[in-house]
Amino acid sequence: MKKIILITAVLLSSMGINAQSPEARGLEIAKAAEQADLGFKSSSVDLKMTLKNKNGQTSERDLTTKTLELTADGDKSLIVFNSPRDVKGTSTLTFTHKVGPDDQWLFLPSIKRVKRISSNNKSGPFVGSEFAYEDLSSQEVEKYSYKFLEEKEDILIVEQDPVDPKSGYTRRVVNYNKGKGYRIEKVEFYDRKNSLLKTLTYSDYELYKNKFWRAGTFNMVNHQSNKETLLKFSNYNFDANLTDEDFTQNALKRSK
Amino acid sequence: MKNKLTYLAVILFSFSGIAQEDLKKTINHDFELELEAEYRYFYKSPSFEEQKDQFPSLAIRPKYTLDWNKGYESITAEGFFRLDVDNERTHWDIRELYYQKVKNNWELSVGLKKIYWGVTESNHLVDIINQTDAVESFDGEQKLGQPMIQYSLNTNFGAFDFFYLPYHRERSFAGNKGRFRFPIVIDKEDVGYQSKAKEWRQDFAIRWSHYIGAFDIGISHFYGNGREPLFTFDQLGNINAFYPVINQTGLELQVTHDAFLWKFESIYRTAKAQDVFAFVAGLEYTFSNIDGNGLDIGVLGEYLYDDRDELALSALQNDIFFGSRIAFNDTQDTAILIGGLTDLESSSKIFSIEASRRIGNSWKAELEARVFSNIDANELLLANFKNDSFLRFTMIKYF
Repeated sequence: MKKIILITAVLLSSMGINAQSPEARGLEIAKAAEQADLGFKSSSVDLKMTLKNKNGQTSERDLTTKTLELTADGDKSLIVFNSPRDVKGTSTLTFTHKVGPDDQWLFLPSIKRVKRISSNNKSGPFVGSEFAYEDLSSQEVEKYSYKFLEEKEDILIVEQDPVDPKSGYTRRVVNYNKGKGYRIEKVEFYDRKNSLLKTLTYSDYELYKNKFWRAGTFNMVNHQSNKETLLKFSNYNFDANLTDEDFTQNALKRSK
Repeated sequence: MKNKLTYLAVILFSFSGIAQEDLKKTINHDFELELEAEYRYFYKSPSFEEQKDQFPSLAIRPKYTLDWNKGYESITAEGFFRLDVDNERTHWDIRELYYQKVKNNWELSVGLKKIYWGVTESNHLVDIINQTDAVESFDGEQKLGQPMIQYSLNTNFGAFDFFYLPYHRERSFAGNKGRFRFPIVIDKEDVGYQSKAKEWRQDFAIRWSHYIGAFDIGISHFYGNGREPLFTFDQLGNINAFYPVINQTGLELQVTHDAFLWKFESIYRTAKAQDVFAFVAGLEYTFSNIDGNGLDIGVLGEYLYDDRDELALSALQNDIFFGSRIAFNDTQDTAILIGGLTDLESSSKIFSIEASRRIGNSWKAELEARVFSNIDANELLLANFKNDSFLRFTMIKYF
C-alpha cells in the first residue's frame, strides 16, 4: 500500500514538473532564491546613498545596516544614519514578519527617545530617495504571489504581485540569475496604474563565504520623475556573529 | 610543494593581517561639533520690569565618542554651552559623560547620561530621570545630564532597567532679563529640600518595559528628590524652589495598529506636601505618501488631566491638545509640527508651530513660534507668561 502511494507521489511530482503552472514555477524560483541565501546568520554593511534629481544635483547619506537572519519569521534589521550630520545617530529597528505588518522603532538621538512607529507606510520614499520602504525591507517569499514569465539563458523572469494592498505596486518583474545562486539582476516596478515606474539594477556582485552573492551597487531609476538613487555597499561583514541581543531597543539606543 | 608554500604564506600573512586589523578595529573614535545661532523675539511688551524683547544667542555642543571591543564598550561625552542676553540662560552643562559596557543580555552605564521615557507628544509626565533644562526650551524636552549607575537586563519577558541616582540637579529658571518668569526672580541660592541630605540624597528608580505584538508597555517607579519643584514664598516676598521627596509610579502604553498610534501615559506621585495623579491619553494617525511623492500628514489629539488643578506647574490640568505633523520626506527633510493647547475650563490657549529644514549637507534651519492667547487671569502660573509669545529662528552648523 505504502509503495503505491509512493509511486503515485513520484508520478504526480514528475508530472508536476512537466505540466507546472507559471504560478507554481514562479513560487519555486522565489523559494530557490531564498534557499540559496539561507544560512548567512548575520551581516553588517556600510552603505552610501546618492540621490540625484532630474537636474543632476546630488545629495548623499551614509548608513550602516545590520541584519540578523531568522528562519521561523522574517529577519531583524538595524539601520543607523551616519550622515547628513543633522540626522547622525538616528536609527531604526525593524522586525519583519512573513505575515502581517512589520514591527518598527525609531530612535531620536537628540532627546534619546525610542518611538514605536507604524510600518503602514510602505510606498513612501525612504529618506527622500527613489527607494520606497518596501523596496528595502526584508524580502520574504510570503509577501508576494508569483507568475513565471520567461527564461532567457540563465535569466529567469518572474512577475511578483504584492500580497499587501498597501503596497505602491501592482507588480514587480524580477530577473533571477539561475547560474549565480538565483541572485537578482534587475527589478522593474509597475505603479498602481500598472505603468512602469522604476527600474532597479544590481551590479558589482561579489560572492561571500562561497555562497552568498551580494551586489556592491544598486541603481534605482524613476522613469516618471527622472530621479535616480545609487546605493554603494562596502565593508560587508559576515563574521560579526550578531545575536538577538544586538537587535533590541537598548541596542537601538546605543547604536551610533 | 608550491601549494604548501602558498598555503603557509597565506596563513602567516593572515596572522599578521589579523593583528593589524585588530589594532585598527579595536578603537573607533569620533568628534562632532554643533554651532548654533539663535534669535528669539517676544513681540509683546514684557509683564515685568527688566525683561527684554530680543534675545540673540549662541550655543555650542561638542560631542566625543570612543568605542572598543567591537563597540561593546564605549565612552560618550557631550558638552553644552549657551551665551544669552539673560544671565541665567547663559549656562553650560555636561549633557553626557559616561562609560558603557555591554555583554550578552546586559548593559552597564556609569556617569552622566540622558534617559527618556514616554509615548505622548504634548506632555512628558513619566519622564523623570533627568532634570529639565527649563531655560533652554519651552517644551521641556531639553534635559540636564544626570549622574547615575544604570544596569539594564534584557529577558524574554521584557527589559529591566535599574538606576542608582546619587545626585539631584536643580531646575534652571530665567533671570531678571529673561521671559517665562514670575514677578520676582527665583532665588537660585536659596533652594530647599525635604531631605536632610539635600541634593546628595541617594535616589533609585526601576523600569520594566516590554512589547507584545501591537502593544508597547512601560511601568516605572522612582523614589527620591522630585524633579519638579514646589514654590515657597518667604516673608521678604522671595520665591524659593523646594524639592520634596517623592514616590512616583509611571505607566506608558502605546498600541500601534495600521496607521494609528494609541497612546497613554499616567503618573501617581506621593509626597508629604502633595499627592498627584495625572494622565495624558491620545492618538496619532498618519496619512502617508498622500501625493505619491512622500508627503505625510499626521493628525494628533491628546487629552491632559492633572488633579493638582491650578497648582500644576505645567498648567495642563484639564486640557485638549490637537496638532498636525507634516513631513515632506524630501532630500532636505522638511518637517512642520503645528499644535494648539486649549483649556477646557478657561479661555487659555497656547498655539505653536515648529518647522525645520536641512540646508546643503551640514546646515539646518529651525523656526518656532509660540502664541499665548486669552490667558485666564486666574491661571496661577501661566498668567505670568501671558505676554511671552515669541518667534525663534535658529541656524545650526554641523562639523
